Amino acid sequence: MADYLSNTPNQQIQMLKEIGLESLDELYVNLPQDLILQKPLNLDAGQSEFKVYDTLKALASKNKVYKTILRGAGVEHHYIPSVVKQLSNREEFVSAYTPYQSELSQGILQSIFEYQSSMCEITGMDVCNASVYDGATAAAEAIQMVIEKNRRKILVPKNIHPQVISVMRTYTQWLNIEIVEIECKDGVVDMDDLKSKCDESSAALFIQHPNYFGLLEDVFNISQVVHMSGTKLVQYTNPMTLGYLKSPRANGVDIAIGEAQPLGIPMSYGGPFLGFMSASADLVRRLPGRIVGQTVDETGKRAFALTLQAREQHIRREKASSSICSNQALMALTSAMYLASVGPSGLKEVAEYSMRKAHYLANELIKCGFKLKYSGPFFHEFVTVGPIENSVLERALDEINVLSGLSLSSHEMLWCCTETTHKEDIDRVINRIKEVLV
Amino acid sequence: MSQLIFERSVAFRRAVRFDECDVPEIKLDEKYVRQSKARLPEVSEVDIVRHYMELSRYSFGVDNGFYPLGSCTMKYNPKLNEFAASLEGFTSIHPDQALSSIPGTLELMDKLSLSLTEITGMDAFTLQPAAGAHGEFTGLLLIRAYHNSRNDNKRTKVIVPDSSHGTNPASASMAGYTVVSVPSNEMGGVDVEALKAVLNDEVAALMLTNPNTLGLFDPNICEIAELIHNIGGLVYYDGANLNAIMGTARPGDMGFDVVHLNLHKTFSTPHGGGGPGSGPVGVKSCLVPFLPQGTLVKETYGYRYIDERDTLSIGRMRSYYGNFLVNVRAYTYIQSLGRDGLKSASQNAVLNANYMMNALKDTFPVAYPQTCMHEFVISLEQLKKETGINAKDICKALLDYQMHPPTMYFPLIVHEALMIEPTETESKESMDHFIQVLKDLKQLAYDDPQKILNAPYTTPVKRVDDVQAARNPILKYQFK
Repeated sequence: MADYLSNTPNQQIQMLKEIGLESLDELYVNLPQDLILQKPLNLDAGQSEFKVYDTLKALASKNKVYKTILRGAGVEHHYIPSVVKQLSNREEFVSAYTPYQSELSQGILQSIFEYQSSMCEITGMDVCNASVYDGATAAAEAIQMVIEKNRRKILVPKNIHPQVISVMRTYTQWLNIEIVEIECKDGVVDMDDLKSKCDESSAALFIQHPNYFGLLEDVFNISQVVHMSGTKLVQYTNPMTLGYLKSPRANGVDIAIGEAQPLGIPMSYGGPFLGFMSASADLVRRLPGRIVGQTVDETGKRAFALTLQAREQHIRREKASSSICSNQALMALTSAMYLASVGPSGLKEVAEYSMRKAHYLANELIKCGFKLKYSGPFFHEFVTVGPIENSVLERALDEINVLSGLSLSSHEMLWCCTETTHKEDIDRVINRIKEVLV
Repeated sequence: MSQLIFERSVAFRRAVRFDECDVPEIKLDEKYVRQSKARLPEVSEVDIVRHYMELSRYSFGVDNGFYPLGSCTMKYNPKLNEFAASLEGFTSIHPDQALSSIPGTLELMDKLSLSLTEITGMDAFTLQPAAGAHGEFTGLLLIRAYHNSRNDNKRTKVIVPDSSHGTNPASASMAGYTVVSVPSNEMGGVDVEALKAVLNDEVAALMLTNPNTLGLFDPNICEIAELIHNIGGLVYYDGANLNAIMGTARPGDMGFDVVHLNLHKTFSTPHGGGGPGSGPVGVKSCLVPFLPQGTLVKETYGYRYIDERDTLSIGRMRSYYGNFLVNVRAYTYIQSLGRDGLKSASQNAVLNANYMMNALKDTFPVAYPQTCMHEFVISLEQLKKETGINAKDICKALLDYQMHPPTMYFPLIVHEALMIEPTETESKESMDHFIQVLKDLKQLAYDDPQKILNAPYTTPVKRVDDVQAARNPILKYQFK
């Protein structure tokens, strides 16, 4: 059994003696005695490191790790450079607490400042917070940034990731905020429906671009429409795509948020992930969570510190707009490291290659008799309507160690490619599909 | 201090390169395409390594030294946990994979939930919440859903003690509740008479940390829970301080209906410089129907997740199923320690705290001097009066000793507070050293206060100007 204690039984006895006690049990004399457990917890006995090592390895090996992954829907398999894997595991980062003591935490603080800077660069925004739990909670938290006394309506098109809408609904269920769904036409925002629902009582329109189906939205045009009524535009986005696509800011977006898992973070069965939140400068005091700022020390030397803390729960208590305290700092550091390791050209290549592979896969599937569900331009994800049932397709690909696209209905499938999808993998998939179709 | 990575950037320098793309080019309409590249750093691999090595030298984790940061439970983070969380069978699985392809993950999540259920004395757990505050919010939504399901809609108030964490009232607000604060009594517990005075049928819940943020176990806890239950309210347990009582007492037995745990505190998962944490929530059976979507449940035919078909559920709290890799670490820890190791960990956390409190009590007034739990609070109010040296000054002076200072100015009800939590993994030697340093600093405050006011001396920067940071916010790199 491991216990990770440092003090030996003799030291424990000596320390007990010094505080005038004879046994460890006496430490709990002030507790109501009927609360004291009379028998051990019904758990396994502790095990040696060697045994636990084996147990965990055995558990992990029961899971199927696919060689080729064509499933995305917000969680993507990208290549993670060795330098990122290695350095993000430095104990000084991993085992630190939140950087409350600035002078002792300049490294962590600077890493977050650099993360904020990189995210502002790719989104075009002025400010970015130090992270929230994930993309879906970033969307939910962003609602508090836009809501006003006389603007309680949040517009959300039906082509946003269903889990994101779901979390937005959970967060607002008791807050006198109305979530209004906007219809889609051919998979993208229906401008007529948007125009009919967007008015002086709407706080913001949340769009996803590229959207849940992988389609490109006409963001600039949408921003023109919503801004006419003073409604804000929030873009939920995959930051990887911004290596190639126009930045949210260039399209008139007010707040850019999303899930940054594709930036160097493994899929990890859904967490830990990285919710990012960036905005135009006028919204900085409405951003939730930690923010790192540059300042100076007593001697005038550049230094970093957690700042604008008057927004946060430990100061404002019930008046804070969010209760977030722990965030995803290590993931923010990891993604900043990833962005530095690929650089601007590399990020562009990752985005462009992902797009090109997806188009290659789409074309090959079309040759096999699949149809694209939507006609508009897409990026690195797309929806097909297949000639066979998804369950058959999934099984056939599983047999050749391929995780198929995500099944949206019996014949509709959402596919995703990344730079890691090799042409030969796609060809292998297509051959298998042809075999099944015969 | 270090250069920023942007200042190391040289045009066209690059670390990672990709193979030529093996499929045809695609042209998108210009209106979608970025016109100029993002100004990300352009650096070589060795640049990155040296940059982050430098940043790591200017960071301080529990692997660097003693970290008695009260209420944060900075115990040692075992390396075995890191190994477990790095296994490909955990890191490389997609959250939308069929359940039949991930039996190892499901078994781990189920066993972790069961273990947490047993440790806390609750009936069921959800692993979905990503951190403690997220767990609080989840718990309050569960409470709200419960009252709502009984058409008991007049309950709009949540009571928190004045010693509570700021997240408690903030989470209550997020759930649409009005917050009522109750004072502490002279023993540091909830003032029962003051509590009675605010009890009525508008109260939805009481949120309590027990042991509380003063490191004290509330002896009236059962009476308090009963008072709340008698008026139809529920009792919420903030598990930030569970590290004091594992294997000895359980919140479920004290009458709590909902608990959240901080796996990054009690269950040894590293805090990563601010996160990721994990904040599972445990409930009594009356709240099970409301658990969030994405909670794993075991049924006769196998596992499934709660989803939109479970109409009583409060909904989804985040994407997917929680901070899974953090949960892997916590599970590894529980397997290593087992029933006796967990109990012994808590006992030693309490022993260490009492040992330190005893050794310091003649040097600094202890706010509440009875036997403490895993942490205690000292007040430097008298020192400040007599020397001008305050709690912050002492903390800054501690930075020169390769130790992280205690939590300062919390809880708010103690003036010039330092909240000290050594945890069980710390040795007598490191605690003795810390005690001696604090005593020496007190002496120095009388002998040569200026020396303390000028501290720290050894950190890469001197005292940081927080006021300027807030007054003139520079929140990203200013390109030349």
